[in-house]
Amino acid sequence: MKKSKADPKGVLTGAHFLDGDYSLAEGALAAGCRFFGGYPITPSTETAERFSERIPRVGGVFIQMEDELASIASLIGAVWGGKKVMTVTSGPGFSLMMENLGLACMMETPLVIANVQRGGPSTGLPTLTAQQDMMQAKYGSHGDYEIIALSPDSPQECFNLTIDAFNLSEIYRVPVLIMTDECVGHMHEKVVIPPADEIELVERKWYTGPKDEYLPYKNDTDGIPFFVKVGDGYRFHTTGLTHDEKGYPVINAECQQVCVQHLVDKIRKNAEKIIRIEEDEIDGAEVIVLSYGITSRVAYRAVQQAKKAGIKVGRIRLVTVWPFPEKRIKELAPKVKAIVVPELNTGQIVLEVERHAAEKCKVVCVPHCGGWVHDPNDIFNAIKEAVK
Amino acid sequence: MIYFGELKPIKGEIHITKDRCKGCGFCVEYCPRDVLELSDEFNVKGYHPPFVKNEGDCCYCQLCETICPEFAIFVTIKKEEVEGEKVESRS
Amino acid sequence: MTNEDQTTELKNPMEGILRMDRIPHIWCPGCGIGTVVTSFAEALKKNNEDLDKVAVVSGIGCTGRVAGYVKLDSFHTTHGRAIPFATGLKLANPEMKVVVFSGDGDIAGIGGNHLIHAARRNMDLIVICVNNFNYAMTGGQVAATTPELANASTAPYGNYEYPFSLPYLVDAAGGTYVARWTALHLRRVTKSIQEALNRRGFSFIEVITPCVTLYARRNRLGDGLNLLKYYYDNSEIQHGADTRTLDVSYQGKLIVGKFVDKEKPTFLDAMNKHFSNVLGDDYQLYGRINNDRD
Repeated sequence: MKKSKADPKGVLTGAHFLDGDYSLAEGALAAGCRFFGGYPITPSTETAERFSERIPRVGGVFIQMEDELASIASLIGAVWGGKKVMTVTSGPGFSLMMENLGLACMMETPLVIANVQRGGPSTGLPTLTAQQDMMQAKYGSHGDYEIIALSPDSPQECFNLTIDAFNLSEIYRVPVLIMTDECVGHMHEKVVIPPADEIELVERKWYTGPKDEYLPYKNDTDGIPFFVKVGDGYRFHTTGLTHDEKGYPVINAECQQVCVQHLVDKIRKNAEKIIRIEEDEIDGAEVIVLSYGITSRVAYRAVQQAKKAGIKVGRIRLVTVWPFPEKRIKELAPKVKAIVVPELNTGQIVLEVERHAAEKCKVVCVPHCGGWVHDPNDIFNAIKEAVK
Repeated sequence: MIYFGELKPIKGEIHITKDRCKGCGFCVEYCPRDVLELSDEFNVKGYHPPFVKNEGDCCYCQLCETICPEFAIFVTIKKEEVEGEKVESRS
Repeated sequence: MTNEDQTTELKNPMEGILRMDRIPHIWCPGCGIGTVVTSFAEALKKNNEDLDKVAVVSGIGCTGRVAGYVKLDSFHTTHGRAIPFATGLKLANPEMKVVVFSGDGDIAGIGGNHLIHAARRNMDLIVICVNNFNYAMTGGQVAATTPELANASTAPYGNYEYPFSLPYLVDAAGGTYVARWTALHLRRVTKSIQEALNRRGFSFIEVITPCVTLYARRNRLGDGLNLLKYYYDNSEIQHGADTRTLDVSYQGKLIVGKFVDKEKPTFLDAMNKHFSNVLGDDYQLYGRINNDRD
């Protein structure tokens, strides 16, 4: 894994008062993103606007494409042209991007998509928050594949996790999703951007061997193939069809087995290295409140109320939502009475928790159809019920 | 100096990859000199590939080479034995 | 090419540019796509193009398979999205010449929106649209270019929809080089592709080709030779014709030629010029060496 420092041209060092959307753009520029193919959609438009304003002075291209389908297609093309790329969208646009997200996974293309979630389904609540796309992040495109999804809970985290997203996408050659929501996206908070030489970036895994021995999808020792870009004389071919090591389509069950297993193993076998969760007071807890994104901040309030009421309650915040920390849940479930999962949807990540808890403890869902964040009392009541 | 009477037309030699041919007949139809014709033999896939009917008539226009959808036929210049003649390649 | 030594095996000149480990290809007997690929290869050879700097992007369909057979940096992308993919590729690496080689269903059907926007922006791409009047790969369904009254698998009683006239569409959207040929006009297709490679801006070349197994069979038009004869008898070259008069009716007259060839700044040219004017020295010039300002 080759590391490098950020390009100072793109890093807006200092302490700023920014909203989540702007922080995503700043994070992208700091991470070396120099191509953005966007399409406006509330509540993510500000990221595209910020990027379009900053990029001419940093050096790169912003293009507003004609729709989200073109957006993500242009991103994949730009990656093969050698750049780091990003786009932002929200629910309806995210649905449109699904087919080409599959193409990015199949072609093993690193890119970053931020989904600033809003109320759905369909046009839903364009200007109000929700977390209703969490399952879609993993299962949205057709076929079997694995993806990484991060969930920031503040504008500062929007900045930090964007840089992490770019690094993860380069290491594992996989699209990485940043699942924020309208609340974090439009919330203004202090964001501290460090100097460029303190930001560590992972460089793309470029191939340096002999040209005639290059195989686009031959795995290196770490299970990830080497990357090339157009124009360097490799004359490679890559396709969305099931392919062999040369990148040529091979239409049979054996090749499908190898191809799909590789896409899936890339993430599953490295899950422990990718998963990041924050835990607080788990030891000896009777109830654990598991949340992510903006809901984790509301849940914190509920947890404080519960502690005051004498309940032994711990917190888990998922920073990576996918891959899901199944091992940890399997470990904790027998030790606690209940896991309470508040989310701004009618129950999506709670299904994963239930599945891995395997009835060793109660799993309580605190759903919310979106539009506003939870009332901390609702979560507090759920905690009280769970302990009974 | 080259006198007009001494100029010789370029002759072509045709090479057919028989097993790639799918018997579409484009080369036969569009050869301006009627050099080719579909043969009666079968290739590996069961198609009738062309054969060179009039060897000496090929004038190296390379139309069969360009029109063949299967990349199964190409033409090279037939080297003349006469000395002192400039042989130009069209490609 | 001359044969000097009887023992060295002579190779078809196309083998230099084809991925020979994938030949023979999957196209039907009498299909014109192979011919268009040969014309394309001829154009690259005649122009002495640096083959490392040419990329081919295809969509899905019979013509979409072209990317898999040419020995260049090639991409076989999703249905209809070849043009935005090529846009991203070109903008990330402006020194590449990016050729989109795809079919009429892929480019003008599902990809119609992307076609008109790329033309509008004068994106520096070459689009070779192989038009066989149907969606061939999936079995010959009706397409946006199928002539009225023609039969297709999803129009089994005949097509009653009005088709696109692709040169008119691209001209109206702002394309700066628009040409239409048939697969039979081999050398003219080559010349058009050469001109497109030598110029900058959005170049669109429609090549009408025979589809024997589906379009011709369903409409009882014979085989490849019959379709080529139809092109021979009915095509008329009218360079510079008004693109409004280029409709294709069922087995009717085919007007071919180079209809539009004009100069206009490309997307990147316009971007660089505009930002240089507005931002002055703050602007980080992208993709070009010279800094043109008013």
